[in-house]
Amino acid sequence: MSNPSSTVSTSLYEQLGGAAAVDAAVDIFYRKVLIDDRISHFFDDVDMDRQRGKQKAFLTMAFGGPHDYSGQDMRAGHAHLRAKGLDGSHVDAVIELLGATLKELGVADPLIAQVAAIAESTRNDVLGR
Amino acid sequence: MPRIDYAGVSCVLQDGETVLDGLLRHGVDVPHACKAGSCGSCLMRAVPPSVPPARAQEGLKAAWKARGYFLACVCRPDRDLAAAGVDADARVPATIAAVERLTESVLRVRLVTSTPFEYRAGQYVTVLRGDGLARSYSVASLPAAGALELHVRLLPGGRMSQWLATVEAGTTVQVQGPSGDCFYLAGREDQPLLLAGTGTGLAPLLGIARDALSQGHRGPLHLFHGAVSATGFYLQQELAEMAAAHANFHYTLTTLADDGPIDATVFSRHPSMTAWRAFVCGDPTIVQSLKKKLFLAGAALRDIHADAFLPSAR
Repeated sequence: MSNPSSTVSTSLYEQLGGAAAVDAAVDIFYRKVLIDDRISHFFDDVDMDRQRGKQKAFLTMAFGGPHDYSGQDMRAGHAHLRAKGLDGSHVDAVIELLGATLKELGVADPLIAQVAAIAESTRNDVLGR
Repeated sequence: MPRIDYAGVSCVLQDGETVLDGLLRHGVDVPHACKAGSCGSCLMRAVPPSVPPARAQEGLKAAWKARGYFLACVCRPDRDLAAAGVDADARVPATIAAVERLTESVLRVRLVTSTPFEYRAGQYVTVLRGDGLARSYSVASLPAAGALELHVRLLPGGRMSQWLATVEAGTTVQVQGPSGDCFYLAGREDQPLLLAGTGTGLAPLLGIARDALSQGHRGPLHLFHGAVSATGFYLQQELAEMAAAHANFHYTLTTLADDGPIDATVFSRHPSMTAWRAFVCGDPTIVQSLKKKLFLAGAALRDIHADAFLPSAR
């Protein structure tokens, strides 16, 4: 309890519904990513089952859940995409689709804003800044 | 760079090189086929205390992982590795009981193993000839049938398929496996099932259909068999009989020439895949494309079972 931010994070994850919420969200989110012309080309040649695993890890982190993502992982994991032209507009698109996914699942706007803020915190690592 | 010790040969891998490529470069004759971590031909065992990288063990049975088995073609170790051939009990001898020519380009091969061999219809096995030549094939039969039923596409210059076309009944081969998670699991008996595939992708689909029906699946099974032209179809009679015997089994033939890609036929009949379970097998490009389209049409990714038939790399 000495760390107020971890208390807030845990409660966000719980308010969203924990692991079950991630499971409900991951296929919806991944479908949105695959049909979005702004970003779908980054996912053309990936193994879908592995990619789903990565999306799940990302959503768990963005939902404030338990994760072992590090900034270094984020940097290294997106290097090949930066080489293909990944920039801030693509991060915007992902955060937007994340919000739309939660909206579809009936999540209240203030919680969506908290999720978006956590996702936003990865921007510099994703873009290698 | 890591050093590999295998069969009395010691070699240092080049940057990014796999164990298989390193050994081949040093003239070691290692059985291999797909070079993509799928067929299982290049299975090896790490000799303790060597431990193989996790990526090289993906998809292997838990018991094999525990014994240090790994696939040399996807093994890029970051430290030295001592490896050996697989134990004899990873492979069972089998007799070629019958080879039937179904069409100009498809053989049906029946193998009888010397000891009981556990598998699920739709999984695949690796067949090894006496000289080590190895290829993997999906199983169309149910274990109760007694013999493993494989469908083999005859390829011009295909070393295994051309050999099988003329081999004497009674010849012995080795069978390794099974591998793969493209099979029917009981439960959700009312769920609609889509079985879609091209060419000899029919083998696992037929096995899965037989398995689901024998386990009392009640929901509809829709099997789509695609081919470039009608000469690519086979076993029409058996499939028609299955459809006559089971009111919930439906069978559709589709040709690229007349109907377009197989997904055009599938989605014109069944635009929404929400709540379906799907099995897709055969040509890798078609399998990858169908998998994505089925997902976008509403199927949950965990309900899509795919088996892409990778061509042999040599």
